[in-house]
Amino acid sequence: MSEIVISNLHAGIDGNEILKGVDLTVNQGEVHALMGPNGTGKSTLAYVLMGHPKYEVIKGKVIFRGVNLLDLEPDERSRMGLFLAFQYPIAIPGVSVANFLRTAVNARRKADNPEDKGIPIPEFRTMLKDKMDLLKMDHAFAGRYLNEGFSGGEKKRAEILQMAALQPEIAILDETDSGLDIDALRIVSDGVNALRGEDLGVLVITHYQRILNYIKPDYVHIMLDGRIVVSGGPELALTLEEQGYDWLRKKNNPVSA
Amino acid sequence: MARTVVTKTRKITGRESQEFMFNEDMIPKHVGASDYMRKYREDAWKTYQRLAMPTTNDEPWRRTDIRKLRAGEFHLPVNGNRKKLPDVPNELLKPLVGNQHAGQIILTPGGTEANLDSELVEQGVIFTDLTTAERQHPDILKKMIGKVIKADEGKFAALSAAFGDTGVLVYVPKGVRIEQPLHSILWGPGLNLAYFSHILIWLGEGAELTYVHEAASTNEPDGQTMHAGLIEINVDPRANLRFVELQSWGDHVWNFTHKRARVGRDANLDWVFAAVGSKLTKDFSDLDLIGQGAVGRMSGFYFTDGNQHLDHDTQQNHFAPNTTSDLLFKGALKEQSRSVWQGMIYVAPGAQKTDGYQANRNLILSRQARADSIPGLEILADDVRCSHGATVGKIDPDEMFYLRSRGIKQPDAGRLIVQGFFNPIMQRIPFDGVRDRLDQVITRKMG
Ligand SMILES: Nc1ncnc2c1ncn2[C@@H]1O[C@H](COP(=O)(O)OP(=O)(O)OP(=O)(O)O)[C@@H](O)[C@H]1O
Ligand SMILES: [Mg+2]
Repeated sequence: MSEIVISNLHAGIDGNEILKGVDLTVNQGEVHALMGPNGTGKSTLAYVLMGHPKYEVIKGKVIFRGVNLLDLEPDERSRMGLFLAFQYPIAIPGVSVANFLRTAVNARRKADNPEDKGIPIPEFRTMLKDKMDLLKMDHAFAGRYLNEGFSGGEKKRAEILQMAALQPEIAILDETDSGLDIDALRIVSDGVNALRGEDLGVLVITHYQRILNYIKPDYVHIMLDGRIVVSGGPELALTLEEQGYDWLRKKNNPVSA
Repeated sequence: MARTVVTKTRKITGRESQEFMFNEDMIPKHVGASDYMRKYREDAWKTYQRLAMPTTNDEPWRRTDIRKLRAGEFHLPVNGNRKKLPDVPNELLKPLVGNQHAGQIILTPGGTEANLDSELVEQGVIFTDLTTAERQHPDILKKMIGKVIKADEGKFAALSAAFGDTGVLVYVPKGVRIEQPLHSILWGPGLNLAYFSHILIWLGEGAELTYVHEAASTNEPDGQTMHAGLIEINVDPRANLRFVELQSWGDHVWNFTHKRARVGRDANLDWVFAAVGSKLTKDFSDLDLIGQGAVGRMSGFYFTDGNQHLDHDTQQNHFAPNTTSDLLFKGALKEQSRSVWQGMIYVAPGAQKTDGYQANRNLILSRQARADSIPGLEILADDVRCSHGATVGKIDPDEMFYLRSRGIKQPDAGRLIVQGFFNPIMQRIPFDGVRDRLDQVITRKMG
C-alpha cells in the first residue's frame, strides 16, 4: 500500500512563500477533502506536489512509495501513480484527446517495459470508450483537440476521463466541482466513486460541501495562509458551510482579530 | 607590395559572392531541339550575364546572405562522374498519394525514366522529361516555356532558364480528369555539382490533376551542391490542380527557386509546400489569380534544424475580381536554424470582391533559432476582404507541464506539441503518404 506523506512543506513562487509548513498524509483507499479561502495555497500545494517548474520548494519532504517526490520530474511522478486534475486545464492545440491519452498510456507502458510496442489501437479504443461511457461523454470527444474550445464543465469531465484512463494511486482533484452543473457534478462524482477503492487515495480540493455529498470524505482539512490549521471528519465541512472561515481566522490569528 | 595586393584580394572575395564558372558552351543543345528552345536558352544566358549576383542590399535578399556559396566550384554533372553517384533510394519512389501512380518520372544525373498510363497517353496527356519534350512536343513547349516566369526575374531564374534541361512537362488537355496522381522525382546526389531544373505544368480548361514533385539528394557532411529551378504553372478556366512539392535536399544543398502559377477563371489550385531540407533555400512562389472566380490555396510546412536557412517569398496576386487566396505557412525551428517568410497580397485596381488571407506561424524550439515573418498587403481596389497574421512563439511551459503531468516524457511532450502545431497544415494536405512523410520528419527532427 502506498501513501503520500507531506511533511513541513514550504514552497513559493517568484520569491513569495505561499506554503508555510504543510503536513498531510493521504493513504490509498482514503478520501481527503482540502478546503480553505481563496488564495490560501491549495492549488500551490497541488502544483508543488505535481512538480510545476514555476514553483520553488523551500523546504520539506513529500514521501511517496519510499522516495522523495520532490526530487523527481513531473512525468516521473505521474508514472509513479500521482495524478492532478487541474483547476484550470490547459489547451493543447492540434492534439486530439485520443492521441494525447494514447501517448500518456504508452509512456507508462514504456517505463514499465522498455521493449513495449505500445497499447494496441483496438484495445485502446475499447478502453477509451468504456471510460467515456463511465463519464457519459460523447465519443466524438476523443477526436477533439485537448481542452481547445471545451466548456468549463467539459474540461473538468475530461480531467476525470484522464484520471480514469491513467489509473493513479493518489489523485488530487483541484476544484473539479467548480463549473459543473448539477447533473455533471453527479456524473463526475459517480465516475470518481467508480474509481474509488483500496488502490486509490484522493485529495479533493473544494470550496463547497456539495461535492462531498457525492464523494464522501474520510477526512477534511482546512488550509489557511499556507498551513493546514484544522483537520477533522466530514462534519468539519458542514461546520464551514454554516459558519464560514471567520471563526478559524480568529482562532489562528488572535492578535489581528 | 605584392603581399598587400594578395591580402586585398582575399578581403574582397570574403565580402562578395564568388562568380560561377559556367560559360556559354555549357548551354544544353539537344539533338532535334527547336530553334525556339536554342534561342530561349541563349537569351537567358545573356540575361544571366547582364544581371549581378544578388546581395543583401537587394530587398528580396535582405535576410538571405549567399556570400558563402562557393559558386566557382560548381560544375554540371557530366557523364564521367555520373556513374559514381548514389542512385535514388527506393523509398522515394513510393507513391505519396493513394497507392498507385498514373505516371512517374525519375530525373537523375545517370539518366531519366518516365512512364505514363497508356490510357492517358491516348487521351493526349503529356507527362515526360524535358529533353524528350524538346524533341517530341516543340509546339506545346513553345507555348509554355518562359511564359509564366521570365528569365530576367533574377540571376538564378536566368541561370535556370539557360541551363535547365532536367525537367518535366505536364500537359493535361481540356476536360481530361486524371484520378491517380502523377509523381516526379529530381534526384541530385554528389558534391560540387550544379543541378538546374525546369518544370512546366499546363492544365487545359476543366482538366483535373494531382501532381507530386519531390527534389531530394544525399546528405553530404562537407562541401556544397546547388540547385536552381523554375516551375511554371498554368491552370486554365475551371481546371483543378493539386500540386504537392516536397523539398528534401541534403543539408549541403543551396537551393534557389522561382515558381509561379497562373490560375484562370473559376479554376482552382491547391498548392502544398513541404520544405525540410537544404542548407539554404531562397524560394519565390507567386500565385497569380488572373480570371474571375479563381481560387488558390498555398499551404507551407517547414522544419529547420542545424544551420539551415529557408527563405520563402510568397506573392498572392489578385488580378481579377471575385478571386480568393488563402495562404498558411507554418514552421518549426531548431538549433541555430533560421527561416524567413515574406508574403504579399496584392489586389489590382478593379479586382473587387477579392478575398485574400495569409498567415505565417513559427514555433521556435531553441534560443538560437530565429524566424522572420513579414506579411504585407497592397490593395488597390476598395471592395475587398484581406487579412494577415504573423506569429513567432515558443513552446508554452504550461502546455509542457500539463503533458508531463500525465507521465509523458519531455521529448515526447515536445513532439506532441509540435505535431499539434503543424496539425492545421496537415489538415490541408489530403494525402496520407505526404502526411506520414512529414510526421516522420517531425519525429526525426524532434528525436
Ligand atoms: N507569480 C506569483 N507571484 C506572487 N504570488 C502569486 C503568484 N502566483 C500565485 N500567487 C499567489 O499565491 C497564493 C496562493 O494561490 P493558490 O492558487 O494556491 O490559491 P488557492 O488556495 O488555490 O485559491 P483558490 O481557492 O482561489 O483557487 C495567492 O495569493 C496567489 O495570488
Ligand atoms: Mg486554487
